[in-house]
Amino acid sequence: MVIELTDVIKVYQTGDVELRALDGVSLSVQEGEFVAVMGSSGSGKSTLMNIIGCLDRPTAGRYVLAGRDVSGMSRSERARIRNRVLGFVFQQFNLLARTSAVENVELPLEYGGVPARQRRRRATDALERVGLGKRLGHHPNQLSGGQQQRVAIARAIVNDPKVILADEPTGALDSRTSIDVLAVFQGLWRSGITVVLVTHEPDIAEFASRVVVMRDGKVLSDRAQEAKRAES
Amino acid sequence: MSPVQTLRVALRAILRNKLRAFLTTLGIVIGVGAVIAMMGIGAGAKARVEEAFAAMGTNVLIILPGSTSTSGVKGGFGSMPTLTWDDLAAVRNDVSTVKEAAPTMRSNMPVVSEEQNWTTSITGTSPEYFDIRNWPVALGAGISQSDVDAGTKVVVLGQTVVLKLYGPNANPVGQTVRVGTTPFSIVGVLAKKGQSATGQDYDDAAFMPFTTFAQKVQGGLGKYLSGQIMVAATSSDTTTRAQQDITALLRDRHHLGPGDDDDFSIRNLAEIAGAQQQGTETMTYLLASVAAVSLLVGGIGIMNIMLVSVTERTREIGIRMAVGAEPHHILLQFLIEALSLSVAGGLIGVAAGVGVATWLAGRFQWPVRIQTDVITVSVGFSALVGIVFGIYPARKASQLDPIDALRFE
Repeated sequence: MVIELTDVIKVYQTGDVELRALDGVSLSVQEGEFVAVMGSSGSGKSTLMNIIGCLDRPTAGRYVLAGRDVSGMSRSERARIRNRVLGFVFQQFNLLARTSAVENVELPLEYGGVPARQRRRRATDALERVGLGKRLGHHPNQLSGGQQQRVAIARAIVNDPKVILADEPTGALDSRTSIDVLAVFQGLWRSGITVVLVTHEPDIAEFASRVVVMRDGKVLSDRAQEAKRAES
Repeated sequence: MSPVQTLRVALRAILRNKLRAFLTTLGIVIGVGAVIAMMGIGAGAKARVEEAFAAMGTNVLIILPGSTSTSGVKGGFGSMPTLTWDDLAAVRNDVSTVKEAAPTMRSNMPVVSEEQNWTTSITGTSPEYFDIRNWPVALGAGISQSDVDAGTKVVVLGQTVVLKLYGPNANPVGQTVRVGTTPFSIVGVLAKKGQSATGQDYDDAAFMPFTTFAQKVQGGLGKYLSGQIMVAATSSDTTTRAQQDITALLRDRHHLGPGDDDDFSIRNLAEIAGAQQQGTETMTYLLASVAAVSLLVGGIGIMNIMLVSVTERTREIGIRMAVGAEPHHILLQFLIEALSLSVAGGLIGVAAGVGVATWLAGRFQWPVRIQTDVITVSVGFSALVGIVFGIYPARKASQLDPIDALRFE
């Protein structure tokens, strides 16, 4: 198991109001799965994503990522885990402005302490993998939405992560471009990387090999399916 | 992330807002610049006093005759001759702490050569004077004891007088000049002495035997010495002691009772120079500390802009954290940014300070001394300001929650 959540509870305290964003979630993801986490807003899917992504810590429960218990880790330890084991793709792309595509992709390697020459080579390779080998020097504002999201994907895969976490990666894209981006994710999945994708759109979830539906902080359903092939 | 890379990231962030960065550093620039310029001017003034001090001699005392006190109106020191030639002999011979003593009688008179004339300060004195002043003869000879004994009409000129009468690099030894109406033979030219602390030109002077001076200028040698006595103590350490000894001697010779005021006064040049030097130093530190306050204000400016920068770049911080930046990476990034701003300001300030000081030196003939240790301390201090005022914004950035930071609009 690459991801193993056991009875994870997350409570947000705002004044006197206690919000149980996750109410006893147990979820196991095997290496090489393409999991879509679905649910309406407020279902707890974003909180689940933050905890899987080591951006947040569970209030209670156990979370083992790639064989390591991360539930009690410090900020710095979680940062190192994010750097080495995970790759993030966000709805709003979250690229550094006024910074070229290749430098954006290099960013995780910089914090990982990879030497400069190797960084440039690996970042270039990653951009070629997502079909942007000719756009290395472009800044985000010179790229289309789909291209920006590909840069973000390249950044997520550049450090050879075990898991890629994508939070509504097609939310800011039109349907045509969405399919292109999903094709990239499927390509990564076929090459052996585990993909966890959060979405509220059922037709996006069709491209995954397993669909987990959340409601009120609990897992409502969890089933495997034949992934629909994204043809770009 | 390596320190070099962190520095690169910080510099790039600064260069994205060039005008803002410049305005932010301006406080530091002005602070450091002012400190450097002030300290440079202060050190220059101090050096000038020191030079003048050294030129006068560290062991020199001047005895001035007393004041008249007729009808209750005091005329000031020197208005009445109370010193006698016997007093001079007693000071010279009876005080163990006195090495030498010489009379100085002064008058401004025109000195006329064949071509030119120049009015200068004429001093009648004895050969010891030049030892006391530590003032050697450059050309020819000085005034000799036999000149004094015979009252010969010889004159020794200062460099400025030679320049005015004969032009540069002239050797007038052996020529004749008239002082007033009397012809004098030039026997020597003194070495260059320079300026006094108040800017008076020591070289604008001519000297003759005091006997000659008394006869030709004052109209006869009387009992009283109508001038001053210049004294050299045996060393600079015994100067104060010599002052006390001479005071006691002269009070005794003038039959002054315990309640009577001195009818003479003694100026201790070392004391005067010391007081002047202390005054200069106090002024320098006062001005420099005012300038240092603007460094502090500059630091607050840096903190302000760093806080703005952290807020503006919250999302960037979130992205960096998501891809693996640890809190200390973020802390260091913003700290180095603040440090770069303040050190850059410091360096520009050094250039500005040196520039202003040099300009003042050229424009107003002020003596300016730029000291390297002042530069080092100023740059070091501006770096310290950067760290002190950069640490809070940097800590704030590093403590951001990555989820909130990523959601920040």
